[in-house]
Amino acid sequence: MPDASAEIVGCIPSLRRYARGLTGNREAADDLVQDTLERAWTRLAFWQRRGDLRAWLFSILHNLFVDRVRAARRSPIEEMPEDEIAAPLRATQSDLLEVRDLDRALLELPPEQREVLLLVGVEQMSYEQTAKVLGVPPGTVMSRLSRARTRLRAVLEGRSVLSRLKAVK
Amino acid sequence: MTTERTPITETDLHAYVDGQLAEPRRLEVEAWLAGRPEQRARVLAWQRDIEALREMLAPVLAEPIPVRIPTSAHRRHSVWPRFAMAASIAILSAALGWLGRGALTDAPQAQTRNVLAHRAAIAHVVYSPDVRRPVEVGADQEEQLVAWLSRRLGAPLKPPRLGGAGYELIGGRLLPGEEGPVAQFMYHDAGGQRLTLYVTREGASAGDTAFRFAQEGPVSVFYWIDGRFGYALSAGIAKSELYKVAQEVHRQLAPN
Repeated sequence: MPDASAEIVGCIPSLRRYARGLTGNREAADDLVQDTLERAWTRLAFWQRRGDLRAWLFSILHNLFVDRVRAARRSPIEEMPEDEIAAPLRATQSDLLEVRDLDRALLELPPEQREVLLLVGVEQMSYEQTAKVLGVPPGTVMSRLSRARTRLRAVLEGRSVLSRLKAVK
Repeated sequence: MTTERTPITETDLHAYVDGQLAEPRRLEVEAWLAGRPEQRARVLAWQRDIEALREMLAPVLAEPIPVRIPTSAHRRHSVWPRFAMAASIAILSAALGWLGRGALTDAPQAQTRNVLAHRAAIAHVVYSPDVRRPVEVGADQEEQLVAWLSRRLGAPLKPPRLGGAGYELIGGRLLPGEEGPVAQFMYHDAGGQRLTLYVTREGASAGDTAFRFAQEGPVSVFYWIDGRFGYALSAGIAKSELYKVAQEVHRQLAPN
């Protein structure tokens, strides 16, 4: 199994990059990667050398990410009145106040579109691999990708009007 | 035009951008795009977006791998950090539950009056147990912290020095408020007790107020409005103890 171990470690930087794109937040991203690796090491013995190790790692991360998105949605905090929670809840994204439009636009995509855009565009996975990682049919990958690109464009174009105005001054 | 070709689909355009077309088909798409400037512009924009995303995320690859990410099957992690994390989440949930219930049962008037204290208390329980990243900008970069928060709040703002009261600045963060950003400074004492100062411009136009005290679940809060800002000082300590610190904060921040 030594080869597999080295391959797993070799995937950590790109897992971190993917997680950073998904969460937009360094700590949350590394939490995901930490949990992914912990799970991977305990399951490595059971992994039967079936297929793509990299896709396997990304699929573990995907499952953990989906769990977190779901957990956040049914968090008891959400049942509190909106104005009471406005500050702390959105503050998890407060890092965004200072970052570039692109990062912000990316986080405005629904999580499942963000996943596809990052796996295909940044991790440069094939549509087939992406479908395997996410456990969806290739057709779903295509439709999410198409929506992701359209939406990202719309968000960026909406904002770029402002920055262009600034540039003119 | 001369031969019958498979029509170009939206899927082909994406696959073209993502380099996932076989060479003959890629050439067909290229030729097709050459005669359609609008489609070409669309595809080029997608390409630019992807390049920009890659560029934005590329620095992550060069970062050292944090120690907490296990790089072998043999390294055993202590259960303590996890336990501490779970415990602080449990405390946090309990505190939020308490605060939430208060918010639901309070009379509307009391709610408005205490809204500053209440928000500050929630921000306190959310961030003060955060072991890993309680602040966005640390005290070691105080100058940047001051410049950043002053800029975002639109008025000069400086964290008070509370060394005399036994509290050192850890750093600060920016939180979104109802009508604009809110600053939170965090301090701790030698025993690790954390204290936060919440600074907002909301409601400050209503005029100065005296010190007021609110007990928000486990959190004691002193709050007041002075000049351009509303302040709320929160900690899980006794009222009398917090009062001493609040006086010191007030003394240092009072506009002359």
